[in-house]
Amino acid sequence: MANLKETFAKGFFKDNPIFIQILGICSALAVTNLMLNSLIMGIGLIFVTAFSEMTVSLIRNRTPKHIRMMIQTFIISFYVILLDIFLKAYMPAMSRALGPYVGLIITNCIIMGRCEAFAQNNTAKDAFIDGIAYGGGYAFVLLLISFVRELLGFGTLFGYTVMPAGFVPWTLMVMPPAAFFLLAIIIWVAKNILPKEENSEGAKTA
Amino acid sequence: MIEINPLVIFFAAIFTNNMILANFLGMCSFIAVSKEIKTAFGLGQAVTFVLTFTSILNYFIYYKILVPFNLEYLRFIVFIISIAAFVQLVEMIIDRYFPALYYALGIFLPLITVNCAVLGVSLFMLIREYSFIQSLAFGIGSGIGWTLAIVAMAGIRQKIKNNKLPNGLEGPGITLIITGIMALAFIGFSGIVKIQ
Repeated sequence: MANLKETFAKGFFKDNPIFIQILGICSALAVTNLMLNSLIMGIGLIFVTAFSEMTVSLIRNRTPKHIRMMIQTFIISFYVILLDIFLKAYMPAMSRALGPYVGLIITNCIIMGRCEAFAQNNTAKDAFIDGIAYGGGYAFVLLLISFVRELLGFGTLFGYTVMPAGFVPWTLMVMPPAAFFLLAIIIWVAKNILPKEENSEGAKTA
Repeated sequence: MIEINPLVIFFAAIFTNNMILANFLGMCSFIAVSKEIKTAFGLGQAVTFVLTFTSILNYFIYYKILVPFNLEYLRFIVFIISIAAFVQLVEMIIDRYFPALYYALGIFLPLITVNCAVLGVSLFMLIREYSFIQSLAFGIGSGIGWTLAIVAMAGIRQKIKNNKLPNGLEGPGITLIITGIMALAFIGFSGIVKIQ
């Protein structure tokens, strides 16, 4: 595990699923109006990515190549169902707030992409760590966007008021357009700061 | 069951609760395929078609099969299978009987399975407890709304194709900013109809 640091550096910055690969932004934008929502969504995605990758890796030698997509989808759905049931049972309010976006983790391209690109050719332990790194990279961007949106939109962080009493909330930040603008700014900054050669434009579709 | 006129849901799904601009669904293909109006329109048609029929299909699967057997928790896995199977079926039928249409839509059809908007509509209609007619209106409206957004975006992107952009903002960056401005414009519709 000499490359543990390298894996995390890739997942969080150099190969970040959201601002470098532009994957899985559907759900990324929707839940970022509050930091707590983003945190739960991020943890959920780390859980699903890590365990799906591990499972895919464990059975990779027994899976027929031509139906592997289908099997990967089943594995991902299985963990998403677990997550959904857990949220419904222990955090009913959060489950309602996230609404359909928990189920939509299934169609989140990050998980499928990592299963296909990494878990298919690596050991279960490496795949699990890779899942945590990339899920973490996703959660990191979510928290970044929601930090700005909640701070300026409600004047709070994780529900606690941090802005002075005279602060006028920016209603725009709560509305959908702000999510688009902030993500665009993050992509812009990331593309200028991070080294050019790591940009993997190839994985943009799907 | 909430009593909302299906027509209201239809227009709300197009304008105020647009799948892309208000719910952020189907972003991946929205960004990747919005370079040309023609292809964008082709994909939009295919998405509308699939959305309409999968919302009917999933409605019946959920209320006639999953609910009577207490298998609601299986809905994610069942929906994704029914969507994939439906897309496959449509592809085969179109290929066999409408080769011209297959030629036009062919490459977009497999892409639709991974379009979050399709699964999103099926999940939204359950959460909001729509009746059958309401679900149908919601499915068609969402499809048309998605098409409207992607065609408009393709038109704008064709216009700015040769313009100079700040370093790093090309491609996804500028697309997201335009989407943001479009979403702002669509907020102007918010007084017309209201669902939720």
